[in-house]
Amino acid sequence: MANGIAAMEALADVIIANKEKLTELDAAIGDADHGINMTRGFEAVRVKLSAAEQMEDIGGVLKLVGMTLISTVGGASGPLYGTAFIRAAAVAQGKTVIDSDIVAQMFKAAIGGIKDRGKAVRGEKTMLDALEPAYEAFTQAMVRGESLTDCLTLATAAAASGVEYTKTIIATKGRASYLGERSIGHQDPGATSSYLMLATLTAFAIEQEV
Amino acid sequence: MKKVINNAEHVVEEMLQGLVLAHPQYVKRVAGFDVLVRANSPVQGKVGLVSGGGSGHEPSHGGYVGRGMLDGAVAGAVFTSPTPDQIYEAVKAVDGGKGVLLVIKNYTGDIMNFEMAAEMAEADGVKVAKVVVNDDVAVENSTWTTGRRGIAGTVFVHKIAGAKAEQGANLVEVQKTAEKVIANVRSMGMALSPCTVPAAGKPSFTLADNEVEIGMGIHGEPGTHRESIRTADETAEHLLNKILGDSELNTGDEVAVMVNGLGGTPLMELYVVNRKIAAMLAEKNIVIAKTYVGNYMTSLEMAGFSITVLKLDSELKELLLAPADTPAFVQF
Repeated sequence: MANGIAAMEALADVIIANKEKLTELDAAIGDADHGINMTRGFEAVRVKLSAAEQMEDIGGVLKLVGMTLISTVGGASGPLYGTAFIRAAAVAQGKTVIDSDIVAQMFKAAIGGIKDRGKAVRGEKTMLDALEPAYEAFTQAMVRGESLTDCLTLATAAAASGVEYTKTIIATKGRASYLGERSIGHQDPGATSSYLMLATLTAFAIEQEV
Repeated sequence: MKKVINNAEHVVEEMLQGLVLAHPQYVKRVAGFDVLVRANSPVQGKVGLVSGGGSGHEPSHGGYVGRGMLDGAVAGAVFTSPTPDQIYEAVKAVDGGKGVLLVIKNYTGDIMNFEMAAEMAEADGVKVAKVVVNDDVAVENSTWTTGRRGIAGTVFVHKIAGAKAEQGANLVEVQKTAEKVIANVRSMGMALSPCTVPAAGKPSFTLADNEVEIGMGIHGEPGTHRESIRTADETAEHLLNKILGDSELNTGDEVAVMVNGLGGTPLMELYVVNRKIAAMLAEKNIVIAKTYVGNYMTSLEMAGFSITVLKLDSELKELLLAPADTPAFVQF
């Protein structure tokens, strides 16, 4: 099985395993469907991946994932994650191996896609509160000359802090914004799923290195 | 969870099949998609109207596909916006050469998915316009929120913009009329009991025996506050005052009223509410041109109701009272 495919299968596994947790987080401040929708999307992704097992082009794999998420997830997560994967795919197009520099570019493109589509900025209790600090941690570590896996590990830690940070702020985007101050104390489901994906990709990269 | 279903994952598909079987004279399915369009689609030389959203709000929106209202309705998963590819198919199926208006309820996901679909259709050369319905006064409209939610007032947009399109108006005119409805319609609801999304298997929130949620959204989103249940008159008065406080209504103005059940409320109770609304508006010398009482924009089996008030001018009144013939809305 090609590497990109294996990484995406690991992503699908972690999202599906966290279906109930993500849905419960969403029930507290949204409409209780984040885990359900993401699971529906990643189950469809699994089917698509199994039909493309030998696809070596990482860009091709990411595009397949993005298109599948857009057409199966619905809600806000579908367009947001779908756009993120498709933007990252454009960076990785034609590549079968990626280094820190490419990962940083993919990361940046994905975040740009989420911002364009969601018209959100950091600090609004969204997935950006996990992803932007993670990207910053990644690039800072990269500038210091750390390895790809170390950069990813630091990015994941920053994303985890970002998820914790979402508990302290008021939601101003998405359904949780209707709650105003009542959204404080709850962690954002989108930030949580972003963290889970990043942590999974990090673990995958570490496994590959060993 | 106790529901009349076969399989939580097949609810939307099986509902659509049943709906088409019940109303073949009105609607047909776009093969392979969760899209219902008029049986005679596309209607040539008429602006097409497409709406949609998560399922679970029946008869919204598939029940409003027919002459005088929608041309197409897209059904997402329960309480989840439909995806862009589905909406795109609906737009293509109803375009009769004069363009298509998308009627979107103001939710982050709905807006993103409909915008992506509009971009896809425009790339194909179809003229597409959009309106976003945001009638729920429970949620404050400020820079700190996504803005007001779209709830039962959406049905008035379907009715009036649909009538405008039926008269042969062009896309810009239909869009302007829809925007006029949106500028003049206000709603607010409350819930007595929660609902259960089939795929979730349990209620998304809980209320104590004597507790209600004021300002509840149609997906079980929390409202403004919880309180102990009061009489129908007191509750109706609270909601209507919030609506009127946000409206610019003067003595002698004409309105349309909708008392909408959320799925689990007896019509008996909706009429009790309507009695109070009619009395309050009469006291303020506001003239009710037309009243609708029933289940128009539901939230699965949620018990509760919403009140919608639409301020009318001569154009909106004429279009509201025009005929419509759809599975869930028939008017002569």
